[in-house]
Amino acid sequence: MKNLRLIAFLDLKESIRAKWFLVYSLVFGGLIALFFIAGVTESQVMGFSGLSRLLLMYIQITIIILPIFILITTVRSISGDRDSHVLEYMLSFPISLKEYYWGKVIGRFITVYLPVIFAMIIAIIYGAFKGAEIPWAIFFLYTGLLFALSSAFLGIAFFISSFVKSSEVALGIAFFIWIFLLAFIDIALISLMMQQRFNEDLIIGIALMNPMEIFRVAAISLFDPELTVMGPVAFYILDTISQTLFVLLSIVYPVIVGLIFSFLGFKIFAKKDLV
Amino acid sequence: MIEVKNLTKKFGSTVSLDDVSIKFNRDDAIALMGANGAGKTTLIRSILGYYHPDGGSVLVRGLDPIRERQEVLKHIAFVPQLPPPIKLSIDELIQYIEVSAEVKRETILHYANEMKLDIETNIKKSFFKLSGGMKQKLLIAIALSQESEIIIFDEPTANLDPKARDDFYRLLDGKGEDRVLLFVTHRLEEVESLVNREVYMDLGRVVSDERI
Repeated sequence: MKNLRLIAFLDLKESIRAKWFLVYSLVFGGLIALFFIAGVTESQVMGFSGLSRLLLMYIQITIIILPIFILITTVRSISGDRDSHVLEYMLSFPISLKEYYWGKVIGRFITVYLPVIFAMIIAIIYGAFKGAEIPWAIFFLYTGLLFALSSAFLGIAFFISSFVKSSEVALGIAFFIWIFLLAFIDIALISLMMQQRFNEDLIIGIALMNPMEIFRVAAISLFDPELTVMGPVAFYILDTISQTLFVLLSIVYPVIVGLIFSFLGFKIFAKKDLV
Repeated sequence: MIEVKNLTKKFGSTVSLDDVSIKFNRDDAIALMGANGAGKTTLIRSILGYYHPDGGSVLVRGLDPIRERQEVLKHIAFVPQLPPPIKLSIDELIQYIEVSAEVKRETILHYANEMKLDIETNIKKSFFKLSGGMKQKLLIAIALSQESEIIIFDEPTANLDPKARDDFYRLLDGKGEDRVLLFVTHRLEEVESLVNREVYMDLGRVVSDERI
């Protein structure tokens, strides 16, 4: 246990010093600052106003950039150490593979999750200071959703990192997974739907297996289902499943996906040659 | 203390270790030699439990280094040929070793001092930002401070200047008692005074094993 804490702590410290972490924090913090400067909280479009509108815009952008940031920065975690012979040296000390792997997972999770949450907290504090009404329900939902999305992609990234030997290949796979989940799967499902080869329940079921899709729908689930901005699929889902159940599913499912991939990654890491 | 029995390790179609059997006992100070690709590093990595063998077995103090890696590695110290680009600061690296290998910080500082390495002024510096010689000195200091029964040095003096080499030899003098010292080297003359056994490998096999 002390080794697990040590590895998580050292990985966290090492990541915080890295340049990517600075860029990562600046992107999310900068987004919030940009929204305030642009006067997003003072505007009202399609029924959204104040901090709700700001948080909604923040989460819509986060859907796109958070997964790729997590994948690119994490996928090299183990494969990079293997590449540079750091793993060979660090594992020459009496540390179990379990402690090493899960310590890295915990350390990296804190690193990727904290900046996105801090950016939202800053928005809430600044909004309160400006006298805006605070949408607590949305804030807590987004905190949970970001936790779930971070878990899912961190698990996928560690899974890739555990079997790939070079970090270039790891980056290539990470990019492919991101673009596939972000766009290709939707395009494929839409074309299937248009051809009416499968019924819509099956297609929407497949779409919801994508953690990015479930995040996207859950992020707008607290708003009025009649809003046109939701789109037909989100409307269909929220009309079919109760809102509470869907919110619960959208948090629990990605966490389970993340845990399954992390666990598979560990199994591969422990079964394969280490260097 | 180390028993390698019919060990075979393949990487794709390349046979890196071909049915190797060898024993390293207490009081052995071995120079492990051979051309590039002879299988020296693969043998060491198998002893450290990094590789899953395709055939045969490795036992360290009667234990499997893969299944019982923590217990086995408590008794092994390792100095790699090239210091890896560890991004931790020296302070953090020492903390890692203090906790994982239960080595006292003072002991590491003592050996670093003996290697004429000024740790205190560089303590917050990243390990990878040190010069090649400084990194190697620190890794040697760490290995010696572990007081392990088995110490494996992979070309330990490659980055050291003549003075640092002398310090290294002086510190190792008398360390071979009741231990296994394993030096991977291309130049026998560098460790000749420290070893009592020479092992040559070629094409994944042990081709000669002589006591001096």
